[in-house]
Amino acid sequence: MGIVLDLLKQDVRFHEGLKACMNCGVCTAICPAAEFYDYDPRMLVSIVQSNDEEAIIELLKSDTIWYCGQCMSCKTRCPRNNCPGLVINVLRKISQELGYFTESVKGRQQILIKRNIGDTILKTGYCIHPSIVKPELHPEQGPVWEWVYNNPNDVYERMGGNFDKEGAGTLRKINNEVLGELKAIFEVTGGTLLFDKIEKFSAMKAREAGLEGTDGNIDKYIEKVNAEDKI
Amino acid sequence: MKAEGKRNIWREYQKEIACDHFYYQRSCIRQNFFPASEKTFLKILRDELGKDIYDDPLHTTCTGIGYHTDVVPFDTIQAVVARHFALMTEAGYKNMAISCVTSFGIYSEITETWKEFPEELEKVRKSLKKAIGKEFEVPANIAHASDIIYKFKGEIAEKQQFELINKQTGKPLKIVEHIGCHYSKMFPSKGVGGAEFPHVLSGMIEEWGGEVVDYPERRHCCGFGFRQYMVQSNRGYSLSNSKKKFESMEPYMPDAIVANCPGCNMFLDKWQYTLAEMQGKTYGQNGKGIPVLTYEELAGLVLGYNPWDLGLQMHQIDCEPLLDKMKVPYNPEDKYLGANKKYIGRPEVAACLA
Repeated sequence: MGIVLDLLKQDVRFHEGLKACMNCGVCTAICPAAEFYDYDPRMLVSIVQSNDEEAIIELLKSDTIWYCGQCMSCKTRCPRNNCPGLVINVLRKISQELGYFTESVKGRQQILIKRNIGDTILKTGYCIHPSIVKPELHPEQGPVWEWVYNNPNDVYERMGGNFDKEGAGTLRKINNEVLGELKAIFEVTGGTLLFDKIEKFSAMKAREAGLEGTDGNIDKYIEKVNAEDKI
Repeated sequence: MKAEGKRNIWREYQKEIACDHFYYQRSCIRQNFFPASEKTFLKILRDELGKDIYDDPLHTTCTGIGYHTDVVPFDTIQAVVARHFALMTEAGYKNMAISCVTSFGIYSEITETWKEFPEELEKVRKSLKKAIGKEFEVPANIAHASDIIYKFKGEIAEKQQFELINKQTGKPLKIVEHIGCHYSKMFPSKGVGGAEFPHVLSGMIEEWGGEVVDYPERRHCCGFGFRQYMVQSNRGYSLSNSKKKFESMEPYMPDAIVANCPGCNMFLDKWQYTLAEMQGKTYGQNGKGIPVLTYEELAGLVLGYNPWDLGLQMHQIDCEPLLDKMKVPYNPEDKYLGANKKYIGRPEVAACLA
């Protein structure tokens, strides 16, 4: 057995998500991603079930595994109680562990998510914080959000919040001791290692494409990833 | 299927919801975009229902958005959730009340994994001990906050000040209910009414006098898609899914949408604004959008709370058309004031929705 098949089988979610697929295609019929992208979860599960290491590696290098929106509607509908969305989680994890994610346009986006959501978790204790929802990056949030963003202390106080202050309540400041515990959990359980791998493989790709700055920054690479430019 | 048949089927799917003594787990998205809903939830439980619920300053994000965007490993999120169980245990509680549907799905996935793979539970116990020296008990009961409001919908009805009735026509308000996918699509037994006929919101709407709209794309995802929204260039996915729902519900002329999921509440509100800006298309009546409420906002209106205390001014789609139909009083001058009636400016008017 190859390394990818080994890694797949070590993850309990793989056993939970794929018992035996009979290729009926109900998952594809219900899948919102299959309506929007050129995407077919039935085919994806079929490739994984084939145990063909080379074909699975191709999958890990492709855009295909990054199209799923994780709604898990496939789980409800599958007559065999499989969950293609959960199998996707495992494939994405392995793609990042082995560095294959930088081979596809959608996979390369993981560096954007790591630097946005990932870093915010360890910095603030929240996945989303008002400071990262910048109106210029979120025109869809509209003028009401812009008003909230520009007046966070007053608006959150009016809403009964405790913005950026000690104690309980909405958007309270999460203290350094708690953030330290979160960091320790990430270090012991592989969260920090995954962050480091996303950074390392993205930097390698930037270097390979001649997009690394003299001081080692990868800003130009990130710009291209953001714009979905060819790299 | 006839509506009566649907009403009967949900009754097969019941879940146990604790009566009292809850440990509260807040939602990242709701704290940012619907902060007053969490305040209202605590107020209803404590002041209206006389329940005990603990709001712990020491809890954090469950990291669920990080997990479903694949930057947080399963081992890590299990330990973060285990830390919350440890805090709950230390505070002397056994029942979790979870504000977020993504978190609720995460808690369900993790506790079900522990049942099927006990070695995972042992692994988490060891890693949590090693990382921060804490031990924990698995909660006796895990409920989504909407489950708890659903359980006490009758008690809320006894204190009802305003019915979900259009006072201009005398007919029940037509309300779309939208259930977050992770509430019961992954584990149908964890939701009131299961995945096919979730009754958690329709039960509230019917109890308080409204009529539930049954439309073709009722169970379709709002389109959050995690990485499909978080990455700017993928957002078309998210918008397209919400648009599909709006197109499907439009012929039924709903008076409001109520949702139980943080992301769904936000997207169903904000994407209506975006579609109005992009295409000049609105889905509500008289060229306006359809107001989108959280279940706490709906319960708060029913109980006669001030709409601006409920935070309806933080929505991009104005809720005044709904307030007018219900004859809920409000002062337009107070809408955008800060605490102690301080003037803090007003948002620019969205001409596309005016």
